Amino acid sequence: MMTLTTTGARLSIFAAGLLFGLGLTVSGMSNPAKVIGFLDIAGAWDPTLLLVMGGGIAVTLPAFHWILKRPQPLFAEKFYLPSVKNVDRKLLLGAVLFGLGWAIAGFCPGPALAALVTLNPSVLLFVAAMAGGMLLHRLLLE
Amino acid sequence: MENFTPITGLIGGLLIGAAATLTLWANGRIAGISGILSGVLFPTRGETLWRVLFIGGLIAGAGLYLLVRGTLPLEIQAAPIPTVVAGLLVGFGTRLGSGCTSGHGICGIARLSRRSFTATLTFIVTAVITVFVTRHLLGGVL
Repeated sequence: MMTLTTTGARLSIFAAGLLFGLGLTVSGMSNPAKVIGFLDIAGAWDPTLLLVMGGGIAVTLPAFHWILKRPQPLFAEKFYLPSVKNVDRKLLLGAVLFGLGWAIAGFCPGPALAALVTLNPSVLLFVAAMAGGMLLHRLLLE
Repeated sequence: MENFTPITGLIGGLLIGAAATLTLWANGRIAGISGILSGVLFPTRGETLWRVLFIGGLIAGAGLYLLVRGTLPLEIQAAPIPTVVAGLLVGFGTRLGSGCTSGHGICGIARLSRRSFTATLTFIVTAVITVFVTRHLLGGVL
């Protein structure tokens, strides 16, 4: 039998995904032209992305501070946080490669998944290639 | 700045922040889309269902937007080969760099992680330079 905790956990994580998908589409970030409009500072610059990140961080910054002082999450036994603390070459090289790809297509992972609902072939192609890139990393480096 | 949409940008950002907050508060997890997607593609025992539910919710959220608004703006300028290259770079780069715009940009910065500040700055600067080079120096080859 499913306990109240597992029901709560499943409902809340689905709701979180739903809010995330709404946020990405409402903000316009699921449209690559909008993202490239932000990155193109020498063109017709569109600062919207700055407000999206700012709005996000305006919530997470105080909320995370409060949440992480609690003994544990509502529906899990502990917080699952990254353990690596130091800036290394992998982090920097990874961020550079990601930045390159982000600029070429105008897609980062979340918006690309949200845009899947359009069934646009370019989105499917991007998401398939992104999965391929993750597979490549797994095969070569893990 | 004729494309600037501050209100929907801010609302979308707040929704994304709320989603990341719910993920940590209820389930103790970081709402990093690249890590979650990778965990769906390459499942580990006990860590897969929440990720599937989150991604399902994200796509459902975008679907809800499409349903309510009747359309989801999508302008993709990259041709198929650059789209594939970009997808590979985003997939590989986000794994190597342990995160993307959500995990580093929204959640990591809120945890005051030095790695996330560095990664976010690195991928934004790289993407701005890439767009400048491809659009203004090379005349939009991609």
